[in-house]
Amino acid sequence: MRVVIAEDLFLLRDGLTRLLEAHGLEVAAAVDNGADLLAAVIGDRPDVAIVDVRLPPTFTDEGLRAALAARREVPGLPVLVLSQYVEQLYARELLAGGTGGIGYLLKDRVLDGAQFVDAVRRVAAGGTAMDPEVIARLLAGQPGDGALAAISPRERDVLGLMAEGRSNAAIAQQLVITERAVAKHTASIFLRLGLQPSDDDNRRVLAVLAYLGR
Amino acid sequence: MIARTVSSSEPGPRRTVWSRAGEGLVAAARGLGFFGLMLAGTVPLLALVLIAALAFEVLGGRHRPLDMSRLIFILVPLACTVPAVRWLARLTRRLAGRWCGVPISDPYLPRPGGGVTDSWQRVQRRIGWLLTDPATWRDVLWLAVDTCAGWVLAAAPAGLVLYGLTGVIWPALGVQVVHTPLTGGLPAAAAVPVGFGLAALGLWAAPQALRAYGELARLMLAPTRQAELTLRVRHLAQTRSESIDTGAAELRRIERDLHDGAQARLVAMGMTLDAAGHLIDDNPAAARALLAEARQNSAKALAELRDLVRGIHPPVLADRGLADAVRALAMDSRLRVNLTNDLTGRPPAPVESAAYFSVSELLANVAKHADADQAWIDIRHEHGLLRIGVTDDGRGGADPVRGTGLRGIERRLAAFDGVLAVSSPPGGPTVANMEIPCALSSPKTSSC
Repeated sequence: MRVVIAEDLFLLRDGLTRLLEAHGLEVAAAVDNGADLLAAVIGDRPDVAIVDVRLPPTFTDEGLRAALAARREVPGLPVLVLSQYVEQLYARELLAGGTGGIGYLLKDRVLDGAQFVDAVRRVAAGGTAMDPEVIARLLAGQPGDGALAAISPRERDVLGLMAEGRSNAAIAQQLVITERAVAKHTASIFLRLGLQPSDDDNRRVLAVLAYLGR
Repeated sequence: MIARTVSSSEPGPRRTVWSRAGEGLVAAARGLGFFGLMLAGTVPLLALVLIAALAFEVLGGRHRPLDMSRLIFILVPLACTVPAVRWLARLTRRLAGRWCGVPISDPYLPRPGGGVTDSWQRVQRRIGWLLTDPATWRDVLWLAVDTCAGWVLAAAPAGLVLYGLTGVIWPALGVQVVHTPLTGGLPAAAAVPVGFGLAALGLWAAPQALRAYGELARLMLAPTRQAELTLRVRHLAQTRSESIDTGAAELRRIERDLHDGAQARLVAMGMTLDAAGHLIDDNPAAARALLAEARQNSAKALAELRDLVRGIHPPVLADRGLADAVRALAMDSRLRVNLTNDLTGRPPAPVESAAYFSVSELLANVAKHADADQAWIDIRHEHGLLRIGVTDDGRGGADPVRGTGLRGIERRLAAFDGVLAVSSPPGGPTVANMEIPCALSSPKTSSC
């Protein structure tokens, strides 16, 4: 699996490169600004791009805009955005395209190397990896309206973990319930959101999008 | 004013004449009101004259040496009279605004602040405050001018009307007035038309005379340029010291947070890593546990730093500006928030920050106290003012005097000459409006 990294701090860029290579991923390019990122994704066609939100020259949300631009240039390009802080606003902008292959994580998550690489692989495979803090803020916010309001608290928990990108097995372990129960909850969620029983992975992404995109 | 608007919409000259007469009558009556105020003013004015005479006597005008210890016999009656003068002047200002359409603002220096518990000292301070304010003595001057001449302007139209009416009413009652001054050498029958004429003249002149009286009052009672500047300087000095205090308190809080939070965690992390280093050969399992602990500590330190940064300058505000920062705030809120925004550029960073934290505080208040489901935030920039309205559908009853949060917002905004107005009747809705004078920079062009 080939990865492009855009991170302006040398220490982090270097650390990320080593971490990914240690887990058997190939780093095709490691750049330090938005323009180079665009050139790299077009030139190298990586399986996934890992982008820091703050990049030169503005050091604001340059990276986020570069990531969105990269996805316009290379449609369907999986992008994992890293940041020192997470905002629902940015999560929604990333997901506004309505397709999967999106991750949005706190930089802290790099501390747990195995889990982080897991998230990278998931995003590369077209799934989502939303930071638990985004989910927590979402849950602390207003109760949803429409279809989401009908979802039970337990189903909300499941949906939240699904948005983080967890598998049914991982969700079962986290909530201390059986995998069968998780499957029942997810089926119920899909039903309530009106998602047809087609490709399961795609449905998961759509459910998460409905959840985050409201 | 209102009468005129109504009459102009009604066709026909008759109506206009009557409404004009009514208007004149109201103005004449108000003129009489001012006349009454002048009469009331003669009392403190007379008192002041007496006090002046007394001062001459007591302080040893003629041959005795000046005796300052007797000053008290002057100061106490003076301190009793001056508030009456001020009260009358204040009333005149209010009425000039309401009756003459000439609003006049108060020119007084602000009351001395607290900090003195001794009641005698407080009285001394109060007397000093009353007597050293030039505006007080301008009030006295106004009373004198009003008593000597000003009242004529106010009362003349009413006098004309009343005088004219006597010429009409007496003959109508059958009283034969031969030597009525109205007619002078003319035959008695002329009293009626002349009386009508004078009354009409009085009614016609009344609104103009009232207006002129208001202008005269403004000339004497409005703050002078110097008084305005003095008040302005005081306001600036106060808001400046408040912003410095707030800034210093904020820095102390940040220092404390760093000291107790991230810094302490980093120290603990270092110690844990050191211990792990000692154990790694003899007891790898224990070392691994310590390493896991160190990692946990680093994650906690990061989380704490993140919260701290949010409190200093929220990242979205820095990235995107006020509207998006408020939008992000709205997303994190328990309430359903509807945001309208018509900003085309960005206010200066300090204004933006003050506005953001004010909105944040208001939203938090709504969520905590208002028992509301929805809130509406409206951000606009017009006439050189950044205007932000926060409305909720809660139960109302927010009191800006009692709430320390609202007071804090006022302080925050005051540093930029901004103001907060809160309307919160019991039962709601609560409307909080903020205004900060500022210019917008041109919209930032995307560099991507």
